[in-house]
Amino acid sequence: MMARMPWFLRRILGIVPTLFLTWSIVFGVLQLIPGDPVMLALGGTPASDEVLDNERRRLGLDQPVYVQYLTFLKKMAVGDLGNGYSSKQPVSEMIAARVRPSLELALGGLLVGIVLGVVLGIAAGLRPHGWIDTATMSTALVGVSLPSFWIGMLLIYVFGLQLEWVPILGDGIDALILPSITIGLFLAGGLARLIRSALIETMAQDYIRTAHSKGLSIVRVVAKHAMRNAIIPPITLLGLQFAVLIGGAVVTERVFARAGLGSMLIDAVLTKDIPLVQGLVVYTTTAYIVINLLLELLYGIVDPRIRSRRA
Amino acid sequence: MTTTAILPPRRLIARTLGTPGAVAGSVILAILVLGAIFAPWLSPFDPNATRVCPRLAAPSLQNLFGCDLFGRDIFSRILHGARLSLAVGLLTVAISLIAGTFLGMVIAFLGGRADRIGVRLLDVMLGFPAIVLAILIVAVLGVGAFNAALAVGISGIPRIARVIRSATLTLVGREFVDSARAVGASQTRILRRHLLPNLLPIVIVLGSLDLGSAILSTATLSFLGLGAQPPTAEWGAMLSAGREFMRYAPWTMIFPGLALFLAVMSVNLVGDRLSHVLDPRASGSDG
Repeated sequence: MMARMPWFLRRILGIVPTLFLTWSIVFGVLQLIPGDPVMLALGGTPASDEVLDNERRRLGLDQPVYVQYLTFLKKMAVGDLGNGYSSKQPVSEMIAARVRPSLELALGGLLVGIVLGVVLGIAAGLRPHGWIDTATMSTALVGVSLPSFWIGMLLIYVFGLQLEWVPILGDGIDALILPSITIGLFLAGGLARLIRSALIETMAQDYIRTAHSKGLSIVRVVAKHAMRNAIIPPITLLGLQFAVLIGGAVVTERVFARAGLGSMLIDAVLTKDIPLVQGLVVYTTTAYIVINLLLELLYGIVDPRIRSRRA
Repeated sequence: MTTTAILPPRRLIARTLGTPGAVAGSVILAILVLGAIFAPWLSPFDPNATRVCPRLAAPSLQNLFGCDLFGRDIFSRILHGARLSLAVGLLTVAISLIAGTFLGMVIAFLGGRADRIGVRLLDVMLGFPAIVLAILIVAVLGVGAFNAALAVGISGIPRIARVIRSATLTLVGREFVDSARAVGASQTRILRRHLLPNLLPIVIVLGSLDLGSAILSTATLSFLGLGAQPPTAEWGAMLSAGREFMRYAPWTMIFPGLALFLAVMSVNLVGDRLSHVLDPRASGSDG
């Protein structure tokens, strides 16, 4: 039956078991938290047995684990993530309220990463072993060893505190500059490497020589002929990084004191707010899976050869 | 991959030091390791002794890297931090490697349904962003330096298991495994005596490539408040404390960060080179 469906429907249905397994792992792992969840739900305030029992019943914790698991899956499927222990608010609303700062940061970081990565990657790829190439590739190598929280703090110190060029706190677009650079720098390294190697490979192809010999300018050759064929690996990298980032840049948000999903996750772990941890991890992993799917569908549209491959 | 013979130690060292980057990495790493081992003798002060110098005092001859909020000597704390970071990094990698190798070998060797289910689960685990998986595990284990190492180690298992599974599959069909079976070797014996030795070069490569990010990840958890807790002298935790005072005392965050960066970079430089020497084809691949 699956074989006769259009390729995109097959792909879309294909994520159902993945989502089911992912959610099951999150549920299973959080079952291992030691201690009575009811005590955690009440935030450690002393309570009578009666209060504890009522709370247990209200949260469904008096049911056997498999019933809790089925209820959990049912609720996840309709987007009900339960209520947070400390705020008593629906987790889905709490997450929705924090999506914006994380999304802004993800987009800002992506923008910086793309601009830097594409420019350096093309410059390096057009003249392999030239000075731009050598400098970019050694910086990328050093860059993977740099702690992002340290870079963030150094940026704050130099541009925020010493030079006072940009504010280090606030909701404005200018407060987004330094955290975006922090994230962008890390994206740029990997992106530049990918674009460089893809470009070196494509520039050696016959059709590029043909394009050159037709007298096309180098800009036209790179933009119209070479980049088109070198674009899929970089888009994959960016797509997956974006998918991670919209779940909250845990470290960067902490450094720049931004109230996004990443810092919310840390606080939820520290306060042992299990439904909130569960909701955030479910949201992050689901977003990751869905974006992955969208990327695959996109490739299928761009490159018909991919459609025929096994799902 | 074929059965790469492990070179004799002297030749291995000579070839590993074949590039300027690897030499620089080895020198920095050697200094850090020596510093870590001899920290109690090299540190001018007790790393946890407060008021050995004025609060947030700038770097000077007595206090090379300055002092923190409690008047503790930052240089002494960084030296002791090296012990923790290196030890925790090794522990983390050991957890991922041992469990990942075992898991990967077993599912590949069993094959059939066990392999299909195993691969499916591993792929799902790989869909979790690494830091989120580590944080989820900390949520279960609780905060602390040891738990952070455990969390990073466990979150690294699926990736190792995936690579080892692929490598094992290429070995299982080979003649020496068939002949071992033919002479009646037990399954455990084949796994232990025939497959494991052939997988060792890959395991070493994976470990050397992972050590840098293991050190970085555990320091990251400490920075986030999920790993080593104050007053432990740990680089990530020191950076977190230094963040508060960087306006008045930037050295509280500059030096711990520099130490962390140098440690991770030197390990990466050496690991990268070692992986080329041990197995030119396996380096950087993820099976």
